[in-house]
Amino acid sequence: MKYESYKRGVVAGIPIALGYFAVSFTFGMAAVTGGLSIGQAVLISLTNLTSAGQFAGLNIILAGGSYWEIAMTQLIINLRYCLMSFSLSQKLVKEGSPIHRFVVAFGVTDEIFGVSASQEGRVSPYYNYGAMSVAIPGWTIGTLAGAVLGNILPDFVTSALGVAIYGMFLAIIIPPAKTNKAVLKVVIGAMLVSSLFAIVPVLNKVSGGFVIIITTLLVAGLAAYFCPIEEKEEKHAE
Amino acid sequence: MQNNIYIYILVMAVVTYLIRMLPLAIWRKEITSPFVKSFLFYVPYACLAAMTFPAILSATMSVISGAVGFVVALYLAYKERSLLTVALIACAAVFVVERVMVFFG
Repeated sequence: MKYESYKRGVVAGIPIALGYFAVSFTFGMAAVTGGLSIGQAVLISLTNLTSAGQFAGLNIILAGGSYWEIAMTQLIINLRYCLMSFSLSQKLVKEGSPIHRFVVAFGVTDEIFGVSASQEGRVSPYYNYGAMSVAIPGWTIGTLAGAVLGNILPDFVTSALGVAIYGMFLAIIIPPAKTNKAVLKVVIGAMLVSSLFAIVPVLNKVSGGFVIIITTLLVAGLAAYFCPIEEKEEKHAE
Repeated sequence: MQNNIYIYILVMAVVTYLIRMLPLAIWRKEITSPFVKSFLFYVPYACLAAMTFPAILSATMSVISGAVGFVVALYLAYKERSLLTVALIACAAVFVVERVMVFFG
């Protein structure tokens, strides 16, 4: 039974690992181009396993931001995992050692959560282990490949690959914005607010991590106040 | 970089792990506040949108190629293409625009 669950997790994890490889390749490239060593880039991916958080964290490291800024930025950007872990805590099988929950937690990403949440009934932790056992190497090895090749690839290739992560973000946020007007307002509102921080004098002195924190708290807070979700939409988020 | 890179990495890793671990392992109560639920629902959209724009405009060699990459990605995302397709075609669009721009010096 454990083995069956594990095997199904591995199968679900293979396409995730391929996508991770491509995105973490650009992360490794950006990290090394910015001045980190190959080992440091790989260490970040292995210990963090999160796309948006790592890209934002990298910018703060390269800009020499404070530890406080990097901690707060990770907290805000990765707050969505909190929601997923809540949901997963209701979904995991009740029996078995509590240790499993500490291990499964490390692999709560948008995609791994996505496949395990879509399982019928309760999920075995071994299913998550299966997905993690291919997705984590995909993410880490992709970073290594990008870090190694980052300095060899010509400028025009690294320049083009620089938009990959943003393309991925848009692919996540735009489809729900088509059907949910509140999400659309949140997306447009957040882009406008962060643009203000880039253009307006004084505001443009605020460092990148704090811009993300302030924008997220402000826009998500206003949206939660004026357009509280109904249960149906919450299901959609999963 | 006067700060220690390994401390940065440690801070990132610990914060990220705690966010994932605490609700799963310790705090098993359900969230009931509609405001908190709604807030958590909107956070990823606000955060990813804020990270994407205007940053995408300065992610490439020129603002023009960045803008083209943004528009192409926006269109493909609207058409609900997969993450990988949107990302790769946006890269290809930037590549083509930057090659063309070379001719105009």
